[in-house]
Amino acid sequence: MPVLLRLIVAAALAVTLTVVQARDGRDAMGDRLAACTACHGPAGIELENGYIPRIHGKPAGYLYNQLVNYQDYRRRNTTMNHMVAHLSPAYLYEIAQYFADQRAPYPSPAGAPAGALAARGEQLVQRGDQDADIPACSACHGQHLTGVQPNTPGLIGLPRQYIMAQLGAWQVGTRHAAAPDCMSQITARLDGRDIEAVASWLAAQPIPDDTRPVAQAITDPPLQCGSVPAPEARS
Amino acid sequence: MKRSIAMARIALTIALSGLFAATPVFAQDATTERGAYLATLGNCAGCHTAPGGQPMAGGLHLASPYGTFITPNITPDPTTGIGDWSDDDFWQAMHNGKRPDGSAMYPACPYTSYTHVARDDIDAVHAYLEDLPAVEQVQPDHNLDWPYGYRSLLGLWQWRYFEAGALAPKPQQSDTWNRGRYLVEGLGHCNACHRARGRFGAALTAEDAPGALIHGWYAPPLADPDQAGLQQWSIADAAAFLQSGKAEHAALMGPMADVVYDSLQHWTDDDALAAATYLKTIAPQEVESPLRLIRLSEKGAANAMAEGRVLYREHCAECHGDDGQGDTGAPALAGNRTVTMDDPVNVANMIRMGGFPPATTGNPQPYGMPPFHGLSERELAALVSYIRGSWGNDAPPVTGTNLRR
Repeated sequence: MPVLLRLIVAAALAVTLTVVQARDGRDAMGDRLAACTACHGPAGIELENGYIPRIHGKPAGYLYNQLVNYQDYRRRNTTMNHMVAHLSPAYLYEIAQYFADQRAPYPSPAGAPAGALAARGEQLVQRGDQDADIPACSACHGQHLTGVQPNTPGLIGLPRQYIMAQLGAWQVGTRHAAAPDCMSQITARLDGRDIEAVASWLAAQPIPDDTRPVAQAITDPPLQCGSVPAPEARS
Repeated sequence: MKRSIAMARIALTIALSGLFAATPVFAQDATTERGAYLATLGNCAGCHTAPGGQPMAGGLHLASPYGTFITPNITPDPTTGIGDWSDDDFWQAMHNGKRPDGSAMYPACPYTSYTHVARDDIDAVHAYLEDLPAVEQVQPDHNLDWPYGYRSLLGLWQWRYFEAGALAPKPQQSDTWNRGRYLVEGLGHCNACHRARGRFGAALTAEDAPGALIHGWYAPPLADPDQAGLQQWSIADAAAFLQSGKAEHAALMGPMADVVYDSLQHWTDDDALAAATYLKTIAPQEVESPLRLIRLSEKGAANAMAEGRVLYREHCAECHGDDGQGDTGAPALAGNRTVTMDDPVNVANMIRMGGFPPATTGNPQPYGMPPFHGLSERELAALVSYIRGSWGNDAPPVTGTNLRR
């Protein structure tokens, strides 16, 4: 009995400690960024029918670029354009760094797409299509699609509809990145079915054990991609 | 944002250039840099730089009751900008509202305020604009309703409603007060938003003139201490509020957050203090909003309060407190004048859209509020009614119709 009691007390203490730590941890930046996590909370992300993308654990450079793109209307979303309207480069970078450092559980993968769609999706993601001059996603986004430091995002754990919408937005010119905008060039070579195939296949992938972005930059990318320098480098 | 870095650099250069002001070699640069600061005071970029666009190349769409104005390119490009304007041309525009061909300018550009600015300040702004990179970019014509597209009518408007001329300093007031008045009524053009225009855009001079709607937000009058008036603030607190966008129990949101981010945070301490000194002395008035609140029956009001209370507990209390007392980063709602002033549109916008106050030197890491765009019009009205009528707040309840933008 005393052993069980001790265990219970220990467990209760552990739980209490965890809760206190979580609050303390949140206090630094988490409370300031409740406006972000209200939608981008890991618990609220759903891959099958959801839309809102995961931002936790993505490379800081990538997240910072997106915040600046929203500020400069290279990306358009009424809520996001409004949120970042008058935040300084320094604060935007701190926000990016905060979410880059967050480790949060992943939602369950979406159901796998049907045969032909799955095959095309897997081909484009893993090997690309040489005939159509389409490089493999994995050539830049990392072998396990967990992203590459400092500016390339992971592609796993993202809702199918979000990926489709982003590729479509690049195609029709409502999403841009800093020049040279490599994704705009690539999406020009995709058709609607390719986009559906890539998005459906990606959203159905199991989550690898190590979800961290690859630390080492890719030395010989198939296309040159532009990015906004971090604020330290801009002053 | 690039603009803010540029401005920080400008501010630094101004500070440094003060050291060298006596050296003739720097005279031209000093004028340009002074002009840059003056252009920041006037927030020219607020309208003439579109988001993500080239500095001062125009292209911002400004909705108005008369149609949509599209801001012109004021970079020194000789064909699509104002590169072929002389100092006299620029003075004519800013002081008299006349273009080089003699035609009248639309008072969407607040020359009704800039007319109070001294010639050498206007010349310095022109020197700064001439020094910017020229951007070749044609902006489309304004898209105005009939008959406002007929520019010739503007001559009549100016004859009837516009009087050019500087404000004579008031010798019985301090230099600081006079500087503050020069900034607030001149380059700062505060009343371009904080005071409604009359019929046909006539400038109102009545001391109890209401505020105006801008981008779907109500710019409350500066004369009313229960709205935007700073009469009851200490001068130091008011100046800090203007520069940082934040006070102990308040944070600026909406279009005013843009003004703080783009302009006010870069004002020198002396200029912010001068503006606060002047704003504090505006004769206090109780100003009625032009909005007519739809009255609810007693039962309707009780229902709204009950529904609002449930919504408040579910969505708001965690940050703003069970009794609206606020918490770190979440302003108190009890006694909050944005909540209780006649026009409820600003508080409704904050709930709907959420957002961050401006990131400034005085508030570098602002707390953000989540958007609640999932609330129905009725729920929003109930929530607004509840916070307007709880914890000592005594403002009447509102209906969804009053919250439409």
